[in-house]
Amino acid sequence: MKNRIFILLAITGMMISATATAQDDLMNMLNKDEKPAIDYVSATFKTTRVVIGHSSENPPKGNLLFLITHHFGALNTGYENLFGLKQATIRLGLEYGVTDWLGLGVGLNTLRNTWDGFLKVKVLRQSTGAKRMPLTMTLLASTAIYTTRWEDQTRKNYLSSRISYASQVIIARKFGERFSFQIAPTYVHVNLVPTAEDHNNIFSLGGGGRFKISQRVSVNAEYYYLFPGQIKSRPAYSSFSTGVDIETGGHVFQIFLTNSMGENMESIVTETAGTWFNGNIFLGFNISRIFTVVKPKEFK
Amino acid sequence: MKTVTLFIAGLLLYACSAEAQRYMTKSGNIKFYSDSRMEKIEAYSHVVSSIVDMTTGDFVFKVPMKSFAFEKALMQEHFNENYVESEKYPNATFLGKVVNVREINLGKDGLYYANVTGKLTIHGITKEISEKGSFEVKEGKLIGKSRFNVLLEDFNISIPGAVILNISKSIEITVDVTLEKATM
Repeated sequence: MKNRIFILLAITGMMISATATAQDDLMNMLNKDEKPAIDYVSATFKTTRVVIGHSSENPPKGNLLFLITHHFGALNTGYENLFGLKQATIRLGLEYGVTDWLGLGVGLNTLRNTWDGFLKVKVLRQSTGAKRMPLTMTLLASTAIYTTRWEDQTRKNYLSSRISYASQVIIARKFGERFSFQIAPTYVHVNLVPTAEDHNNIFSLGGGGRFKISQRVSVNAEYYYLFPGQIKSRPAYSSFSTGVDIETGGHVFQIFLTNSMGENMESIVTETAGTWFNGNIFLGFNISRIFTVVKPKEFK
Repeated sequence: MKTVTLFIAGLLLYACSAEAQRYMTKSGNIKFYSDSRMEKIEAYSHVVSSIVDMTTGDFVFKVPMKSFAFEKALMQEHFNENYVESEKYPNATFLGKVVNVREINLGKDGLYYANVTGKLTIHGITKEISEKGSFEVKEGKLIGKSRFNVLLEDFNISIPGAVILNISKSIEITVDVTLEKATM
């Protein structure tokens, strides 16, 4: 008798536990033969710029980014110049994500009426899941041409003298949700330099990071170290910029301080003419607005 | 002797419930939609996985948050990064029961109303829900459909002040899954 009761209890117990975990079992079944997908890391940086230099990001596929960059004048120009507020250097830029890995861009800078154009190719994308890749690697190839009048009209001038090129290998990683970092070895070729002692090929090592302090605000900093001895006839320094990214819907607003007046890579690396320590600091901001040009298939 | 019979009967019963009528999919559809004065938000996923056990009524489904496609890529990034925090909470899940499972006759094609209750988990927050939907039995397949609303605040999804007018507090969710008999 005792035996029978025990078995009965055991069976009842078995059945109760069976129903209690049935849903979990079904869920496990779904999880079990699930093919792991490639999980690409998103938003290593919020926009295509860390502060003023390029980040590893491109606009998403089918999206057009309109980027306005504005630098005021240098802080050390004193009250007469309202500490730089009387001046402005502006770059208007358009960037387009052709595919998930290819981005194209053009820009017009008020500094010596410079046009720039670039190509950004994402060769590696940081991912987890089915494919594990610890880093994102983006290659940048950029050309800039200034179009103001020739300084010396008497000599023979060549169009090629107006052109300079920048190439970068941007290696970035998002470390968790809050922090991203990139290093960017950079090579700039300037076709025409003022004197024979100035190098045409200029090397710089860039580093930049982003730290998220809230869901929509991050603090960014960026440094381009200019290897010494390359530019001799005029002052040239390493570039340091730091700022805050504020995101509101379709806009990203970046407000920053920098010692670089220029707004394209060629200029940032080779034409940073003062340092933070002597007050050669520019207040600036970027406003970016993104537009969907090609919609995903569900929305066509 | 009696004990043995009882034991066998019990075992059989258990085996029966294990040998259930299970229907399954890995390519179900889900859509969410919200319309406010400023902005229409719409997103689709086509990789909903789901199993329903038509013997017991047990019903589960799962959708990876990153699988939702939005019209605007930036909206998708905001959704994953700022609203549902997909890195931390990769899936939305539902574990529940079709309460009136006995009213659904798998042998006869037709449309049957279904009451579903259970636990819906989004953004790491679990909430008990009870919604109506339908199951259509058609050529051996089971087509499950439901449309219901959830409140963002129930799942601790906060909307920043700057865009509070752009985003409706209530989101309409439409589920459409075609389940096929599972062989297991």
